[in-house]
Amino acid sequence: MKVLSIAVNTFRENLRDKLLYNLLIFALLMIGSSLIFMRLTLGEFHRLILDIGLGSINFFGVLIAIFVGIGLVSKEIEKKTIYTIVSKPVARFQFLLGKYMGLSLTLLINTAIMAAGLLAVLHCQDVPVHAVLFKALGTIVLEFMIITAVALLFSTFSSATLSAIFTLAIYVIGHLTPDLKAFGQKMEGLGRTVLEGMYYILPNLERFNLKGHVTHQLDVPVGDLLMIAAYGMAYTAFLLMLASVIFQRRDFR
Amino acid sequence: MASADEPVVNIQQLQKVFRVGFWGRRVTAVDGLSLDVQRGEVFGFLGPNGAGKTTTIKMLMGLIYPSGGTATLLGRPVADPSAKAKVGFLPESPYFYDYLTSQEFLRFYGHLFGLLGSALDKRIDELLDLVGMTHARDLQLRKFSKGMLQRVGIAQALINNPDLVILDEPMSGLDPIGRKEVRDLILRLKETGKTVMFSSHILHDAELLCDRVAMIMKGRLVACGQVSELINHGTTQEVEMVVDRLSPKGIEEVRPLATKMVLHGERVMAVLASQRQVDEALDVLRAHKAKLVSLIPHKASLEDLFIREAKGVQQATEVHA
Ligand SMILES: Nc1ncnc2c1ncn2[C@@H]1O[C@H](COP(=O)(O)OP(=O)(O)OP(=O)(O)O)[C@@H](O)[C@H]1O
Ligand SMILES: [Mg+2]
Repeated sequence: MKVLSIAVNTFRENLRDKLLYNLLIFALLMIGSSLIFMRLTLGEFHRLILDIGLGSINFFGVLIAIFVGIGLVSKEIEKKTIYTIVSKPVARFQFLLGKYMGLSLTLLINTAIMAAGLLAVLHCQDVPVHAVLFKALGTIVLEFMIITAVALLFSTFSSATLSAIFTLAIYVIGHLTPDLKAFGQKMEGLGRTVLEGMYYILPNLERFNLKGHVTHQLDVPVGDLLMIAAYGMAYTAFLLMLASVIFQRRDFR
Repeated sequence: MASADEPVVNIQQLQKVFRVGFWGRRVTAVDGLSLDVQRGEVFGFLGPNGAGKTTTIKMLMGLIYPSGGTATLLGRPVADPSAKAKVGFLPESPYFYDYLTSQEFLRFYGHLFGLLGSALDKRIDELLDLVGMTHARDLQLRKFSKGMLQRVGIAQALINNPDLVILDEPMSGLDPIGRKEVRDLILRLKETGKTVMFSSHILHDAELLCDRVAMIMKGRLVACGQVSELINHGTTQEVEMVVDRLSPKGIEEVRPLATKMVLHGERVMAVLASQRQVDEALDVLRAHKAKLVSLIPHKASLEDLFIREAKGVQQATEVHA
C-alpha cells in the first residue's frame, strides 16, 4: 500500500516532467524518420525501418531510464523532500521500491507509445509484423528494468550528475561484455582476471538485444526467452537489494 | 503504546559526530544530550544557531543515525519505522513535492500512514480549514509563498492525528499574524491532549507557550525545566523607578541605592536591584516630597537566561582553549 502510493506519486512526478515528453517526441520523430530512406530496395527498406525503430526505442528508453532514474532518489535528497517520507512509518526499502516501480510504470507506458509509433509506421509501409518483434520489445523492457535499477543504485550514494555518468558507463560496457571476455582471453595475469571479473559482475546487456533476429525474421524459442527474462529479473533484484542495503545505512543531511 | 507516566520522548546520551570536508574533520553537533518530554506538555527546544537542535530532531525522526546514545519516541526506539505511526513531523524549512496541489499532497501523506477513502478526505478538509488554506486546495505547491508552505507543512504533520508532534522552527517565515495562529494551534493541540515538542530561537514564543524548555548550546544541554523556574533562578528582580521634582539632595541620597541612574531635566530614572533598595528609595522620595511617576519591575525573560548561558559557554570554551 505504502509502496504503491510512492510508486503512484513517482509516476505522477514523471508525468509532470517536461524532459519525458521531449524525449518521447524525439523518439517518435526518429522512428518516423526511417521513411526518408524509401528509395532503397524493398527488403533493405523493411529491415531499416525495424532497425531504426527498435534502436530508437532502446536508445530513448535508456535515456529516460537514466535521466529520470538518477533524479529519483538524489533529487529527493538534494531537495530534502525525503525528510517528510522517511519520517513517516515507511521503511527505507519501501521508499526505494516505490520509486523504482513508479519509474518502471512510466517506462512501460513510454515503450508502449513508442512501439505503437513503430507499428503505425510498419503498417503504413505494409511491412509484415512477426511475433519476434514483440519478443524483442519485451527484452528491451527487461533491459530498461536493469538500467533503471543501476541508476537507482548509483543515486542512493552519489549525486545526480555522477550517477548519470556511471549509469551511462554501465550501459555502454554492458553491451560490450562479450568483447570484454574475448579480449580478456587474449591477455595474461591480472588484466585477464580483471576483465573476466567484469564480464561476470556487469550486466550482459547484449543478451537483451534481439534486433538481429527481428530484422532477419528469425524466431526466438520460448525457452531462450524465459532464460533471458530470468536473468534480467534476477539481476534487477540483486541491484535493488544492493541499493536497499546502501540506502538503509546512509544519513540524510 | 507508551504508558501514561513514561516519557513520550526519551533521549539518553545522544551524540552525533559529522565528518566534513575532504579530510573528514570531526564536527560534534550533538554531544551527550539527555532529556525527556512528558505526555501532554508543550516542550520548547531552544538554542542559538548551530546549537544542534535540527540535528537532534533528525535523529529522532530517523533521518540520520546517532553516533552514540539512544532515543525513543512513544516508548519505541527511533530506528523502528513503526515508532512514527503516531508522530507528526514538520522539517526545518519546508521542502515538499512542488508539483502536487495541497489536496494531492495531503492525500499522499495520508496514504503513507495507511489512511484511505472518505475518512482521509474528511481529515484533509479539516486540516486545510485548520491551517487556513482551504482556498488553496487545488493550487500547486510551487505557487505557494513561504508562509503558505509552512501552513500545509503543519497540516501534513497532523494528517495521522498524532499523539506527539515534533516541529522544527514552526514559526520561521511567518508574519506576526501567522505566528500568532501557529501559537494558537499549538495550544489547541495541547488542549486535545497531544504532546508538542518544537524548536525555536524566538524565545518570546517559547515563553508564551511552553510548559518546559530545554536550552542547548554547542550540542550540550545547559538548562532544562519550567520557564518560570529557569528565569528566576539566579536572577534578582530589578525595578525601574521614575521620579519627577526630586531635589538635588534627594538625588544624592538615591544615587548609592541605584545600580544605574539617569537624569533628564526634572526627571530621574533609577534602576534598583532589590526590594530593600526600593523601600529605602521610596522613603527618600517621601522625605523630599518628590513625585513618583512609575515603578516597574524588570521582568526577567528567557532572553536574559539565553544570553547569560551563551556567555557562560563562551567563557568556558575560552578557558579551555
Ligand atoms: N550535514 C552536516 N554536515 C556537517 N555538519 C553539520 C551538518 N548538519 C549540521 N552540522 C553542524 O552541526 C551543528 C548543529 O547544526 P544544527 O543544524 O543541528 O543546528 P540548529 O540548532 O538546528 O541551528 P539553527 O537554529 O540555525 O537551525 C552545526 O555546527 C553545524 O555546522
Ligand atoms: Mg535548525
